[in-house]
Amino acid sequence: MPEDLSELISAAKRAFDQAANLDDFKNARLAHLGEKSPIAFANRELGKLAPNDRAARGQEINSVKSEITAIARAREELLITERDNRILIEEQVDVTLPTRNSQRGGLHPLTILRDDICDLFIGLGYEVAEGPELESEWLNFDALNIPADHPARTMQDTFFIEPLSTKLVLRTHTSPVQVRTMLDRKPPIYVICPGRTFRSDELDATHTPVFNQVEGLVVDRKITMAHLKGTLDYFATAMFGEGITTRLRPSFFPFTEPSAEVDIRCFLCRGESSDCRTCKGEGWVEWGGCGMVNPKVLIACGVDVDAHSGYSGFAFGMGLERTLMFRHGISDMREIVEGDVRFTAQFGVGR
Amino acid sequence: MKVPLSWVREFVPLPASLTADEIVDKLVSLGFEVEGVQDLRREIHGPIHVAQVLEIEEVEGQKKPIRYVKVAAHEERYVICGAQNFTVGDFVVLALPGSVLPGNFAISARQTYGKKSDGMICSARELGMGDDHTGIIVLNPEHPGLGTITRGSDAIELLMLNDIILDISINPDRGYAMSIRGIARELALGFNLPFTDPISLAPELPLNENPEVTTPQLEAGADFIVLRSIEEVDVSAPTPFSMVRRLQMAGMRSISLAVDVTNYVMLELGQPLHAFDKSKIVGNLKVRRAGKTAKLTTLDGQEHPLGENDLLIADDNGALALAGTMGGLNSEVTSQTRSITIEAAHFFPMDVAKNARAHKLSTEASRRFERGVDPQLPLLASARAIALLTEFAGGRYLGGKSDGAPSPTSVINLDPNYVSELIGGHYSHDVVKNALTSIGALVATNNSIWEVTPPSWRSDLTMKADLVEEVARIEGYEKIPSLLPPSPLSRGLTPLQKRRRRIAQYLADRGLLEVQNYPFISQETIDRMGFTGARARSYRIANPISEKEPLLRPHIVPGLIDTAVRNMGRGAKSMALFEIGSVFRAPETIPPPPTLGTQQRPTPEEIAALYASVPHQMLVVGILLMGDAQSDSWLGKGRSYGWHDAIGLAQEIIEVTGHQATVHRSDFTPWHPGRCAELRVGDFAAAHVGELHPRIIAHYGLPERSSALMLNFGALPVVGPTQVQPLSNMVPTIQDVALVVPESCEIASVIGALRSGGGALLEKVELFDRYRGKPLAENEISYAFTLTFRAPDRTLTAEEVASLRDSAVAAAANLGARLRG
Repeated sequence: MPEDLSELISAAKRAFDQAANLDDFKNARLAHLGEKSPIAFANRELGKLAPNDRAARGQEINSVKSEITAIARAREELLITERDNRILIEEQVDVTLPTRNSQRGGLHPLTILRDDICDLFIGLGYEVAEGPELESEWLNFDALNIPADHPARTMQDTFFIEPLSTKLVLRTHTSPVQVRTMLDRKPPIYVICPGRTFRSDELDATHTPVFNQVEGLVVDRKITMAHLKGTLDYFATAMFGEGITTRLRPSFFPFTEPSAEVDIRCFLCRGESSDCRTCKGEGWVEWGGCGMVNPKVLIACGVDVDAHSGYSGFAFGMGLERTLMFRHGISDMREIVEGDVRFTAQFGVGR
Repeated sequence: MKVPLSWVREFVPLPASLTADEIVDKLVSLGFEVEGVQDLRREIHGPIHVAQVLEIEEVEGQKKPIRYVKVAAHEERYVICGAQNFTVGDFVVLALPGSVLPGNFAISARQTYGKKSDGMICSARELGMGDDHTGIIVLNPEHPGLGTITRGSDAIELLMLNDIILDISINPDRGYAMSIRGIARELALGFNLPFTDPISLAPELPLNENPEVTTPQLEAGADFIVLRSIEEVDVSAPTPFSMVRRLQMAGMRSISLAVDVTNYVMLELGQPLHAFDKSKIVGNLKVRRAGKTAKLTTLDGQEHPLGENDLLIADDNGALALAGTMGGLNSEVTSQTRSITIEAAHFFPMDVAKNARAHKLSTEASRRFERGVDPQLPLLASARAIALLTEFAGGRYLGGKSDGAPSPTSVINLDPNYVSELIGGHYSHDVVKNALTSIGALVATNNSIWEVTPPSWRSDLTMKADLVEEVARIEGYEKIPSLLPPSPLSRGLTPLQKRRRRIAQYLADRGLLEVQNYPFISQETIDRMGFTGARARSYRIANPISEKEPLLRPHIVPGLIDTAVRNMGRGAKSMALFEIGSVFRAPETIPPPPTLGTQQRPTPEEIAALYASVPHQMLVVGILLMGDAQSDSWLGKGRSYGWHDAIGLAQEIIEVTGHQATVHRSDFTPWHPGRCAELRVGDFAAAHVGELHPRIIAHYGLPERSSALMLNFGALPVVGPTQVQPLSNMVPTIQDVALVVPESCEIASVIGALRSGGGALLEKVELFDRYRGKPLAENEISYAFTLTFRAPDRTLTAEEVASLRDSAVAAAANLGARLRG
């Protein structure tokens, strides 16, 4: 056992310097820092020394060991870098190779939009109400103040089911869901009703016999038309962006009074272009219909309409296809209904 | 309704400074959509002058007659003209060089037929005054309603070619606005201008009991009728020029003076009128149901078979007119007519609506009656028509008779505070009163609850909410504040709504693309799919879009196939599609619907019966897989979709619902009879899935082995929160076994036997190889399994594992399996 441990340092340095790769290095480390290395031996020999010599010798051993360790680390670092520079470069692949070899899935844009709208209203405290597509005439018409000979009930608009005695129709709007909701639960009612609806229009760029609506219904105490307007403004901004608000125009629907058409600020020109093709320079585009629920409808559903103790409500309805067309610059409704995978795949699972 | 503004200005002094856009904006804010604005001044520019024909020279040697005409307006000039219907001395309309006619037709001086033509003599069509192009306009100085005709005077003003015409769409509750009277009233209140009611133009013409006057007789469908008769009428007298132009601008054609007068009064006041040849009426003129009267030929020459509830105007001989809809051919005013009876009635909206619908006759009259006509008008409008007839066609008023009486409007009680309460802004009592007064209502404010009597022309105002709309409308909807209602508490989506979303998201993430198909289907497709029994029992639409597809889909797969075929036609080859939606299977009997009113909430029993009358509609997910699941790529060969992909997805969807399915062999259509599975949750058949029948694949030209699924996820019960299993941290022991199984044996039962034989400590059974061929017998298959054993509390010994494996194999052996080699 050499007295002068510094010999060990120079021997280790030589060995590590000679290690040309990481495998050689591992062997050198075993030889100079491993259990059978001289420095480990010297450590084990400590116990044989006289107690007063032990401390000084121990300090010396530790100092030498840490120096060798430092040399080893530095060499290892160098060798790893060398390996990285050489071997990993040799292992390089063309990462630009195409990786997708299976179909890309996606949701129908109407589904994405419907879910987004439902989430928006759930955030406002609404619940989502749904009902059957094949629906009773009473729920689709009578209860909504559309009596038997109303023009909306003619064969031109409504798909009737044979035999006519079943009084079944393909619902012409999602409003029967509102009626079912009022029959099924007591106010306060805050629901959003998305769903498929049917009218006997031929398919063209702006009509489809099968389309989707989303309707909202609120029945509570002291509900006002101002609440309706506020809700629509919130909805429009969420759909079309900051600054897009609504305009109400007096209109007529049998199930609301007062009634209004809902226009939105033209999302393209924001009312600032007189030759805008989207709004035809009007600054507004039609979005849907709304109004305060006609007391006749509330009465048919058993809602208390007493001016002091009772309830009032509002309702609104928009076409999902129309909303989708506005949001995504779709000019022809047929693209939405034809199920062309190239069209739908553009939407992925939404954003 | 097309409204010439000049006509409106007769009753409301719209300032000349108001632009058409401002008028349109006002109408829109009052609830009237303006579908078009036709500003004639933009379509036609002068100089267009009245000119007198001085000389006519026939240009020789042309294929058609051509005239070279010397005319004098302010000055003399020559023009070429192809018309022949004029002579020297006639006054004509001359468009001078520099003028522009409708259709951007610019007039300039030009050489033609070897002459210089210095302008153009115009026909009516060239000026946008109707379709007449048989000759040029020859102005008749005697024509009533035409201004003074002098050489060089401005023809644009003379011929009323400087008007603005608004095309206004009228909502079904605002019948009163289908008239100049109504629109003028709205603009007057909108701009806060004085309004002259056009009924002031109607003279007071007394009714009397002159036996020569046709006698009206109401039996049904109307509450008031007035007949007035006139004799010695010159029906050949021309319609005044201004009346012809106003009719034209309103979109109606001039027919004859008698018809024009009735149309003119209808446009002006809103009351449809009918002129009968009085001599053709035999006995009384009745308003009655058709009953046994079989048919009527209307003015347009169409013969209509009558329904017994059709509402008619009839005499002792039969039908004269379809009430409120269209007159009959046999009693119309002709050139022979000498005496006329004018009929003005207040028909019930519903009866006219039914008439119009039953006979597909939507007329100017029926559209007004359907929306409601002022019941006070028959008396006044008929007097106005008689006055116009006697003014322009001569004749002697014989008198008038009526039957019934106009029904009064009923009073509405209104707490004036209710307006603010329902709208949510502040509407003072003064504002409320002024608004209601401006629409013509009488407002008695003596008590805290006001008594509001709507005007006779507002049959749409029946309850206080109607009055609130009027106040809000007149004050302007833009004054309504924008507030969010108080935020209620929401439970969020229902479990079924969440399930639907998660399935859609899951399938999209797995590479499937969602489609939404129309739910219509043909009987032919149902037959081709091989659906029978309940699966074929659909609903038939009475009035389908396409006669070929009159049924509602009882299954979701055919629609997916149609969409795939459409996409293949556009070049797509591989597709993985899914659809979530309703399918419709009619029960053998549908419970009849209860008869319910709307005056009160139905009873619980009635609601139950109502809901029961709407058969349940299954909420399903359908999948179609075709072509490549993975395409060939630089990594290697791809692979096609097969039956197992579809079954795998079905199992995964059921797992998404929180359930586990067992798989059973099935032979349902439209699947391959050997490659169809039924997936059950408990005993409930939740899905049918597998490879499509080769005949279906061949018929539609789908890729081989295309596979499909329909899964009734809406019917699976909602599962509560997942309860976690304790996890063991002990080291698992792996054992591989190879079993030879007769091919008649379903592998699911073998796996089941291994599981039950292995007991609770057999954690996992994985099939890692399947082999058939030598040295096995022909009807044998070898399956290799990895069995994973683990105990929750200890490491299993080799002996324990060997014994568990043996009992697992022994259980499989009961099904005919044997250990291999």
